[in-house]
Amino acid sequence: MGLLEIFSRRQEKSKDVAKERLKLVLVHDRADLSPRLLELIKNDIINVISNYAEIDTSEIDIKMTKTTKEGDNKPVSALIANIPIKKLKMRDDT
Amino acid sequence: MENEKKGTAIVVTSGKGGVGKTTTSANIGTGLAMQGYSVVVLDADIGLRNLDVVMGLENRIVYDIVDVVEKNCKLKQALIKDKRHEHLYLLPAAQTKDKTAVSSAQMVELVNELKKEFDYIIIDSPAGIEQGFQYSIAGADEAIIVTTPEVSAVRDADRVIGILEANEIYQPRLIVNRIRQDMVKRGDMMNIEDILDILAVRLLGVVPDDENVVISTNKGEPVVMDEKALSGKAYRNIVRRIIGEEVELLNLEESNQGKFSKMMKLLFGR
Repeated sequence: MGLLEIFSRRQEKSKDVAKERLKLVLVHDRADLSPRLLELIKNDIINVISNYAEIDTSEIDIKMTKTTKEGDNKPVSALIANIPIKKLKMRDDT
Repeated sequence: MENEKKGTAIVVTSGKGGVGKTTTSANIGTGLAMQGYSVVVLDADIGLRNLDVVMGLENRIVYDIVDVVEKNCKLKQALIKDKRHEHLYLLPAAQTKDKTAVSSAQMVELVNELKKEFDYIIIDSPAGIEQGFQYSIAGADEAIIVTTPEVSAVRDADRVIGILEANEIYQPRLIVNRIRQDMVKRGDMMNIEDILDILAVRLLGVVPDDENVVISTNKGEPVVMDEKALSGKAYRNIVRRIIGEEVELLNLEESNQGKFSKMMKLLFGR
């Protein structure tokens, strides 16, 4: 084991890796949304938005997350989409 | 009937197999009987009967749970009295039938019948979340989730907690089984706080990874009866919490340490 490896091991404990991975996977589990379904949603969103704007498909980030409702503190799932737009297609034929 | 009891039915479940549901059921059931309560442990894992061998009662089985729901025998005929404890009984699973042999409605009826006779009904659920799991939770008032400090077990526990909620069994309590304090110290095993942070449930207890569990299972004597074993103490504490006592969490430092590390502890106080 090299010196670098020893240091990196010290920085990231395997239990922290486990915890982070679990947190991520549970977000999907709890929302009943599989990565495959998320991929389908992502593709549909890309298709719709592409009608109006040029988007950077490689930078798209879509994920499920938990947030709390305003008013009461009941947890709700939310779909968060971050879609970088390169250029709007200035179409206004409606 | 006069003097009818109103027992509590507790299902022991996990989602994932092999995390220690059956061992936990046997120890909680035996521990409650040691405290003087009348208890029946019910093996709901039809087709994969195991609670009988863990409790050392495998030679006494005549009838099983399927015989009871199919009315081939009376409930009392199928109940097997424990060798060591006066008020402890086992209702064994069927070994040759499959999980379709019992319905949720039949289970509810059976558990309600048992509640009249016993203080506690401990239901050992099968692994998975299919039909066997569904009927095993059908008659339960409360749930105990068993998990180990591994990603797969914790993930499945989370799933089961969600399903229990959907079935109106709220606030399950968690047992973290087979924790290894040496690995926790190194940061190579999730600790209790990590797991509670993820699952957001109440903690019922922590059981160390202890070879005494294997030894006691070999003999068919639940480790809760072993005065010396740390895991036995862990189960006795869990039982006391179930009956409403406040018991501090077990100090796991004593677990799984060889003579050398014990000596180090004596010498250096670590």
